[in-house]
Amino acid sequence: MAHDGKPVAAGRKFDSVGTRPLRPDGIDKVTGRARYGADMNMPGQLIGKVLRSPHAHALIKSIDTSAAEKLPGVRAVITARDLPDLTGGDQGQMDTLVNTMARERTLYDGHAVAAVAASSASIAQAALKLIEVVYEVLPHVTDVDEAMKPDAPLVNGGVITNGVTPKPTKKSNVLIRHEFGHGNIAKGFADADIVVERSFKTEATHQGYIEPHACVANLGADGTGDMWVCTQGHYNVRAVCAAMLGLEQSKLRITASEIGGGFGGKTMLFIEPLAFALSRKANRPVKMVMSREEVFRATGPTASSSMWMKVGAKKDGRVTAAHAVIKFQGGPFGGSLVDMGAMACFACYDLPNVKTEGYDVFCNRPRAAAYRAPSAPIVTFATESVMQEIADKLGLDPVDMRLKNAAKEGTKSSYGPTYGPIGLKATLEAVKETPHWKTPVAPGKHRGRGVACGFWFNFGGNTSVSMAINADGTVALAYGNPDIGGSRASMSLMAAEELGIPYEKVRCIVADTASLGYNDTTDGSRVTFAAGLSTINAARNAIKVMCARAAKTWGISEDAVTWEKGHAKPAGANAGKFEPLSMAQIAATAQNTGGPIAGHFETFADSAGVSFGTHIADVEVDEETGKVTVLRYTVLQDAGKAIHPSYVEGQYQGGAAQGIGWALNEEYIYGKDGRLQNAGFLDYRIPVASDLPMIETVILEIPNPGHPYGVRGVGETPIVPPLGAIANAIAAATGVRMGDIPMSPPKLLKALEGRAR
Amino acid sequence: MSHVHVTTTINGDPTEFLCEADETLLDALRDRLNLTGTKEGCGSGDCGACSVTIDGRLVCSCLTLAAEAQGRSIGTIEGMAKGDKLHPLQQKFLDHAALQCGVCTPGFLVAADALLKHNPDPTETEIRYWLAGNLCRCTGYDKIVKAVTEAAADLRRA
Amino acid sequence: MRFEAPATVEAAIKLLGGEPGLAKVLAGGSDLIVQMKSGRIEPALVVDIKRIAGMTAINAEAGGFRIGAGVPCFALESHKELKAAWPGVVEAARLIGSTQVQGRATIVGNLCNGSPAADSVPALVAASATVRIVGAKGSREVAVLDIPTGPGKTALAKDDIVESVFLPARPSRSGDAYLRFIPRTEMDIAVVSAGVFLTLDAGGTITAARVALGAVAPTVLLVEAAAKAIIGSKLDAKALDALAAAASAACKPIDDKRGTVEYRTKVAGVLARRAAETAYARAKGAK
Repeated sequence: MAHDGKPVAAGRKFDSVGTRPLRPDGIDKVTGRARYGADMNMPGQLIGKVLRSPHAHALIKSIDTSAAEKLPGVRAVITARDLPDLTGGDQGQMDTLVNTMARERTLYDGHAVAAVAASSASIAQAALKLIEVVYEVLPHVTDVDEAMKPDAPLVNGGVITNGVTPKPTKKSNVLIRHEFGHGNIAKGFADADIVVERSFKTEATHQGYIEPHACVANLGADGTGDMWVCTQGHYNVRAVCAAMLGLEQSKLRITASEIGGGFGGKTMLFIEPLAFALSRKANRPVKMVMSREEVFRATGPTASSSMWMKVGAKKDGRVTAAHAVIKFQGGPFGGSLVDMGAMACFACYDLPNVKTEGYDVFCNRPRAAAYRAPSAPIVTFATESVMQEIADKLGLDPVDMRLKNAAKEGTKSSYGPTYGPIGLKATLEAVKETPHWKTPVAPGKHRGRGVACGFWFNFGGNTSVSMAINADGTVALAYGNPDIGGSRASMSLMAAEELGIPYEKVRCIVADTASLGYNDTTDGSRVTFAAGLSTINAARNAIKVMCARAAKTWGISEDAVTWEKGHAKPAGANAGKFEPLSMAQIAATAQNTGGPIAGHFETFADSAGVSFGTHIADVEVDEETGKVTVLRYTVLQDAGKAIHPSYVEGQYQGGAAQGIGWALNEEYIYGKDGRLQNAGFLDYRIPVASDLPMIETVILEIPNPGHPYGVRGVGETPIVPPLGAIANAIAAATGVRMGDIPMSPPKLLKALEGRAR
Repeated sequence: MSHVHVTTTINGDPTEFLCEADETLLDALRDRLNLTGTKEGCGSGDCGACSVTIDGRLVCSCLTLAAEAQGRSIGTIEGMAKGDKLHPLQQKFLDHAALQCGVCTPGFLVAADALLKHNPDPTETEIRYWLAGNLCRCTGYDKIVKAVTEAAADLRRA
Repeated sequence: MRFEAPATVEAAIKLLGGEPGLAKVLAGGSDLIVQMKSGRIEPALVVDIKRIAGMTAINAEAGGFRIGAGVPCFALESHKELKAAWPGVVEAARLIGSTQVQGRATIVGNLCNGSPAADSVPALVAASATVRIVGAKGSREVAVLDIPTGPGKTALAKDDIVESVFLPARPSRSGDAYLRFIPRTEMDIAVVSAGVFLTLDAGGTITAARVALGAVAPTVLLVEAAAKAIIGSKLDAKALDALAAAASAACKPIDDKRGTVEYRTKVAGVLARRAAETAYARAKGAK
């Protein structure tokens, strides 16, 4: 258990937490001094480049690297032969190995087949052209529905599906079937006054971080290596690279650079093991930076989906049954996160009878990685569309209908656990108080308003934090999670709060893998929660030590010392007998009272709080072109406790913007040849500044009892409601229900023209 | 291929470097001159992370050949602050939390600086359209627009 | 690759003609450098024309304007007379790419790249613009309409340099406008576009018209039938419908990642109509 077990006092007043100080990495970032993945160079480094398959699915008949090896300036060429064979071991590791470098076959357009390290980028590029690969092209499939047909080409040899009874005898592209739910949906549907049934299809999207993957690796002949890398999880980089290279973890020291966005896409490894393998072979440091095209083709986009959903309700809007069948393709290895989708699908609602089924399907596409609440935007699009359709058919207010069905404390969730205190109802009730809701949709044709709810589980996990008290009483705080949204400031705020000192006295760094115990990746909205509570507990441990030192100095018992606003004070019978000692004073005599002072804390945090949100969207539709303009947008979400409100607002706004892009224009476009057609920011269309209005935010705070200050992770939930909110706004504006994401102009125009007159 | 010798001015400093004929200004800045504040986000002129000014005009350095810098005056993010005094735009970005991961920030600052020199009193719409060539994936642009608006007001008052 | 930045047109032509391999002209570079970096082309020689005297000038000429090939689109905005005379051409040029691209891209480069979706071309065609080409055999004036010959292809010889664009004197009571459809608000290649030029008589009746469509055929289309549909009218609803229908009928688009045949055909009509309405309003307000 992660903290002292005492619930957060309602209405607690904080001194530092909840303020908006400047972030410690701020000046470096606005001056260009901050160093990201590609901003590092090592003496004598080579440049590494990757050769990638141009086929959606192919056998590798032969690879001849001899001409490339002879090119002056080339120091190493590698193929799968230079990496170990992990067959028979952990399947996940084997999948990562194969994804990193193809073995007998290439499984998607862009799959790596070889890599070179040379003295310059242009020589490395020229060397790639000299590598001769003989492919035998195989039939491919890139659509999830096509992949499930009985005559579909088998991806990566196919598999016998798990989770289906009776067990299939024939291989298919379906890895596994998941099921969640409770109650009796047949009875529930029989009890319903209205039943809505809809099908949906969503295309894959990419996290779209502006910084491509980059690393510099140095692996010496003695098997000891270092790496500088932009990543969401440098401990994971160490673990995976060690496995890929056949090394013990202590041999590798990974330093996380500043990171230019991740959103889940940098939780997985792509070029890092290759950089180490090249470095080992060349006996020189190797720098590898992905191009934007490589990022789109060969990192980890989301799944694409095909879904069917049926919801039944009483006339008063109370849902009686909900059933969803969700099919995700996540590339050639499974792991599309359809299980998360099946769990998240109805998580916002208190349902007596619910069943979700998820199918994890193979396709010849890059292997899916997490993208901000992975799976939830996709499934919530379906749920919020159907809920709205029911509300519309029953003539119910969209907020009231959702309130009627909203999950609350004590609700048995659709995916199993029972909720503790949660904030969904609070966000729905708060909708009605917003200036946005109180302002009618601006008068004009084809304008409409939509509402949608969303949810994310949030995660805790392995965390190690260390806090040293410097000789002058200031604090050196080290945690192990790459800072993607301002967490150094949040950790400093929590440390300052617990110690009772000014924020400026704390300097927080992200330590490398050699300097701290293990830390899970920066994902799952876990850092402010888990590293935060660990920071608070590390501070409490430091406080214990400092109180003991003060006690020793005063010659009194340790339990007769309290801590207040950065000072040890004598308490009880000794109150007032001695002047309080500041941290500086205690630190100044540390070597006489027992040595340097530090506090540390390691835990597996398992008390994360779920975060619910509700969004309001106003849109205008140009009915002659199908173009959608977002006129106004508001995000309401429960943060538990906002440590740094500006950063919480930033998460709400950023997630909403990504969701809006996903709803309207972002998609992976494949040709009949199975090749990706839009591997760049020109035709993979993320929102630009002129596409969006100001994004209003409302932070609710229903404390999470599992964190000393009530923190809930907030980073992921904001991307979940927008697809539904925009779809519902379009329906309100035009009467057209879109079931196909993205709701891009050609599709919307076609739907508008097909509308019953 | 033999290298091109370029003599230029960068942030007011006389500078010389050698580069390949097909090398971009972005690559020369980052790899020859160690000015890594300017970033490569896409290499195709679609993201603006590589924004610099050439003779005062805002451009993408990834779509400029390094050889074209000959005799010109280049402005990068490294030249925006004066010693330890931040430019009002830089300060407002910090004050308004107009950055999260910060990788797009140098490009935005250079672009916003060019905007305010061209139009000292831009409307929200003018700001958004001028900055449409700078992609941000983290912020949703809201706090960026607010920071630029406030910096513009500060500069007008100065 | 070799990089040269000659000081005269003659020197540039000689360099281009003397190169056995692929030789390319560099103005703004916003198409050329993108193509080089993606590996689509590997020039042996790049000739930067921006150091040639006069390349970056905009001069009044014969009642119209001559725009040097090196003039970035951004600079067209600040030329008040040009903007007042040909607002449609300037707004088209100003749509090309981001502010950063605007600082470099040129309308001549936009034309010479030969993309069917080039933003400046329909507006230039509607305006009856010409280009001055200087080659080994001397110089000649060619209609913009005759330059594109197919996707990525032009009528230019290897050692031709387009030195300038000429916009004629705008007739009185005339106006032009350009509209494109893109899925976002900025930063996209035109899915379909329309450039319209109208001349009115004193009573507001259209006496002359040119309607050009982009991104709906291998090259820009000058649609005579669309012009005929509105000549003699005051752009009433019937004329507008006929215009839209004629525009749609003339389309020969493709399905690609930016749009479908169906979509482009439909929206071509919508844009032709809207551009005509703007051009009409400008013509009415013009001297």
